[in-house]
Amino acid sequence: MLVAIPAYREERSIGAVVAAIQHKFSYDVLVVNDGSPDGTSAAARHAGAIVLDLPCNLGIGGAVQTAFLYAMNGGYDALVRIDGDGQHEIDDIPSVLKPILDEHADAVIGSRFLGEKEYRISIPRIFGIHFFRLLVGLFTGYRVTDPTSGFFAINRRLIEFYSYHYPSDYPEVDAYILMHRLGARTVEVPVRMHARAEGKSSITTFDALYYMVKVTLSFLINAIRRFG
Amino acid sequence: MNRITLLSVCMSVALLVYILEMVRRRRLREEYSILWLFGSLVILILSVKRDWLARLSFSAGIAYPPSFLFLVGILFILLILIHFSIAISKLHQMNKRMAQELALLKESAEKGEGGGTLQP
Repeated sequence: MLVAIPAYREERSIGAVVAAIQHKFSYDVLVVNDGSPDGTSAAARHAGAIVLDLPCNLGIGGAVQTAFLYAMNGGYDALVRIDGDGQHEIDDIPSVLKPILDEHADAVIGSRFLGEKEYRISIPRIFGIHFFRLLVGLFTGYRVTDPTSGFFAINRRLIEFYSYHYPSDYPEVDAYILMHRLGARTVEVPVRMHARAEGKSSITTFDALYYMVKVTLSFLINAIRRFG
Repeated sequence: MNRITLLSVCMSVALLVYILEMVRRRRLREEYSILWLFGSLVILILSVKRDWLARLSFSAGIAYPPSFLFLVGILFILLILIHFSIAISKLHQMNKRMAQELALLKESAEKGEGGGTLQP
């Protein structure tokens, strides 16, 4: 069992996240440092994680894929991916893993909208989430509530597939079409999200627009692409 | 030979020689030189055989031959730029893989287990 945490400029939060996982569970903890110029790598090592240092910044998808490669080489049967900023609730890891361990699903995605707690999100985000729900539903038939969630678990089959095919940036929505093409079974489970401990999300309106266009394009391309 | 013909012949020959020299010195890879060589040859031919340009232009339904030349030039530049975008995408993909493998190798070297076992 591998918990993978992609990290870029997370020196203030990564140590606590790694330590919390190791304190509560016996999973291996892997931090992929995506070329951070700060002390992310040292903080993660100090907390006892296995650390992969990318020599340059590859973007989130490239960093997460490095974790998939590590899991593939290491023979891991399942991988959980969480954020390094402390937003994802560590205690929810077992419930995200459970359907995989029970072999009921190939991928389990943690959704912050399935639980009882209400999340206050900005209008553009609500719009984006509805748009991606519609896109995913239309092209894959998967009924998802939180299409951009970065809290998920995958089994060996998807670890191997993603090691070769994984989008470079904004991979979460895209992953649905890849899973659909593979005929993977997905399920969403409720997870809790915390407010960011450090810093603010730096997404501007232009970024958001670019995000929508890029994701939609690569989603549609992946719908007609051939995978060798 | 009038002055404009002389000028364009000189320029296209200079371009041709420059490209060949770059390839000879291994500053430019053969695969990337093909389009450039082809382009400079076309300019050279059209400079010498100006009636060819006129005939090609008229058969394409363009009354003013220089317009046809611009069209060909723009299409050629477009082709080269697309070629570069493809080359950059390929380099991007290779660069990503190398960075990933390097990170994995560094980790396994630190563990003292020797090299990685990545398949291509």
